Amino acid sequence: MSETATFRLHVNGTERVVEGAWVGESLLYVLRERLGLPGAKNACEQGECGSCSVLLDGTLVCACLVLGASAAEREVVTVEGLPNGDGDLTDVQQAFIDEGAVQCGFCTPGLIVTVHDLLERNPSPSDLELREAISGNLCRCTGYGRILAAAQAVVAERSGSGRSQRETSA
Amino acid sequence: MTVTTDRQERLREGLGHSAKRPDGIPKVRGSFAFSSDLQADGMVWGHILRSPHPHARIRSIDIGPALAVPGVHAVLTADDVPGDKTFGLEHADQPVFAHDVVMHIGEALAAVAADHPDTARRAARAIVVDYEELEPLVDAEAAITAEPIHPDGNVFAELVIRHGDPTAVGEVVVEGTYEVGMQDQAFMGPESGLAVPDGEGGVDLHMSTQWLHVDRDQVANCLGLSHDKVRMTLAGVGGAFGAREDVSMQVHLCLLALHTSRPVKMVFTREESFLGHVHRHPARMHYRHHSLRDGKLVKVEARIVLDGGAYASTSRPVLVNAACFAAGPYDVPNALIEGWAVRTNNPSCGAMRGFGAVQVCFAHEAQMDRLAAALGMDPVELRRRNAMKTGDRLITGQLIAGTAPVAALIDTCAAAPLPAEDPDPDPMALPGGAGRTADRGRVRRGVGFALGFKNLMYSAGFDDYSTARVRLENGVATVTCAAAEVGQGFVTLAQQIVREVLEVDEVVLAPAETASIGSAGSTSASRQTWMSGGAVERAALAVRARLDAGEQEPIEETYEHHHPPTSPLDADGQGDAHVSYIFAAHRAVVDVDLDLGLVRVVEIATSQDVGRVLNPVQVVGQIEGGIAQGVGLAVM
Repeated sequence: MSETATFRLHVNGTERVVEGAWVGESLLYVLRERLGLPGAKNACEQGECGSCSVLLDGTLVCACLVLGASAAEREVVTVEGLPNGDGDLTDVQQAFIDEGAVQCGFCTPGLIVTVHDLLERNPSPSDLELREAISGNLCRCTGYGRILAAAQAVVAERSGSGRSQRETSA
Repeated sequence: MTVTTDRQERLREGLGHSAKRPDGIPKVRGSFAFSSDLQADGMVWGHILRSPHPHARIRSIDIGPALAVPGVHAVLTADDVPGDKTFGLEHADQPVFAHDVVMHIGEALAAVAADHPDTARRAARAIVVDYEELEPLVDAEAAITAEPIHPDGNVFAELVIRHGDPTAVGEVVVEGTYEVGMQDQAFMGPESGLAVPDGEGGVDLHMSTQWLHVDRDQVANCLGLSHDKVRMTLAGVGGAFGAREDVSMQVHLCLLALHTSRPVKMVFTREESFLGHVHRHPARMHYRHHSLRDGKLVKVEARIVLDGGAYASTSRPVLVNAACFAAGPYDVPNALIEGWAVRTNNPSCGAMRGFGAVQVCFAHEAQMDRLAAALGMDPVELRRRNAMKTGDRLITGQLIAGTAPVAALIDTCAAAPLPAEDPDPDPMALPGGAGRTADRGRVRRGVGFALGFKNLMYSAGFDDYSTARVRLENGVATVTCAAAEVGQGFVTLAQQIVREVLEVDEVVLAPAETASIGSAGSTSASRQTWMSGGAVERAALAVRARLDAGEQEPIEETYEHHHPPTSPLDADGQGDAHVSYIFAAHRAVVDVDLDLGLVRVVEIATSQDVGRVLNPVQVVGQIEGGIAQGVGLAVM
């Protein structure tokens, strides 16, 4: 490749060196193909579907629209690095499993990052706010019903109204 | 007490319960290995050059400039295909690479392998193709009689269904012409795969697909290899919906791997994905319904033309379905259905969720509404009056021997409470959403009702089967089955079935691949629960029988499950072509801005005959996902 660059990324709290990358590579490509982090997915690679959603300095972005080199020295959080407290999974990840929000799973990591981001900013979103927040994430399997149910279950759980609602919803 | 608790716990994961997906945890973590996530040492990247023209003669292809690009390992064209030059599911008419003529936009001409995906793309762009553009044939009805655009002719399939008295006439007659446009499956995970040469002339292909064995056979034929030299393993599939039934990049990947002696990875962009797989057939349908004044249907006449695009794919069985289900789930004593599936220079069409039954559903249900209006009758009541039931016959003469609870579906769906109207809706809840210009005073709410039905499993004489093996060893059951998990949840059901039959806690699913077991058939036609689920159950029952007879583990059984044989339709379109059916009633509540035509689908209520529920959450997931795709077809 004619134009290459070497740079450092801070990904999920770890410093990673990217060597000899073509400068045209997206952050998505760098994460997936160079850093072994396939969680951000390559569904449209044109900023339409949200499958590659990551946090860049705390802001939700499509990794396919960010040049990898332009993310140098910035903080990147992918689905692999979401804070899960002491558990194996975050509450959002667990709710996606429990509510049947996962089918093929290709949209799942992007949606999980998006729901985490929403609930950080707005712990008790209305139904319309929730729908708007995930409107940049396309899913072709579920029709979104179980995804909304999963997000609502997390909202209920975090607000203290508990897990029981989730268990009865199936 | 402990035993009882374990048993109860196990039953929670057994049939009828919403057992969790075994792939759920890796999928939410982002660690599940989809086909685009695969890598191998020494891997290079593939890319396909595609035609920008819908119809053109190829005067020459110069790959020299591509070979001169640094980092390029191979550039292949039709001359490099050692075996069959064409492939196809039903009829092998699709070239691996176009060589004299291109038949549609996006047709493959050459494939490149290079050290970086962008190098491969640039090299493909450097290939010089000299085209002589030809007039494209794009009108499906005109194609029936137009000059052939292909040596095999323009008509993929033509059929007639004559049922009852063709001269019967009703007291009330309504006519209409209906069109359905092309729809794309648009699964989220684009086509992708990794081909690894074995160093002995064979190749291992890791690919997202719907039917491993039939892919393998087509690939091996094009490579000129015996089928056992091509081994396919299912890589994680990001949705399918019919678009992965046909071979896409499989042959190209393997050719590149064998030529470069390196692992080759290819990932379609979204645009390539649209160009690289089949779509739902656009349809033009002319209908005439006859009824008595009391609404009882007398006859349905239809003329159905499906645009199959450039290559055959599954156009024939799609047309068979469209014709068989053309009259809807009603008791129709007389019918005359004429159908064509034709070749044009449009993109190829084939399988997509619903497979022919969707297009005619729009037409027959619009006709029922039109008939209700002509009769001055409630459209729901008209449907109830004609509802198909067990003991009735399809327009193909086939007896409906199984359940057909159409009247009950109508009644339960129609009885669902209507959503409340909000007198002051949030702008986001207006047709078109926030920022659009819907005028609240011009928004009206409409309620529509429709029925649909479709066959389960492959029809019309196809020997449809699935193979499964169950091995019990040290109290752990292992299931081997080549059924493609595409998101639908077969992996969950396989575990549930084996837990139930063998009363074990741990059920391991071996990788789905061609080398270790026979075909499971396609993950399509709503067939894997019945077919591969059936094969898994029978294999597990056979293990159970030996266990109960006192035999010691390990015990292994393999079962090949065939459904009851069906027949092709005869010259009058009559015959026992189908195995079973699913029925659905939908009620749509839609807000419409009368001036702008903006719509908001407020609610879809549905009642569906789903048979025995094996996993409630998965059933709901299928219904909700199917409705969303149908809404997309209707409003986008």
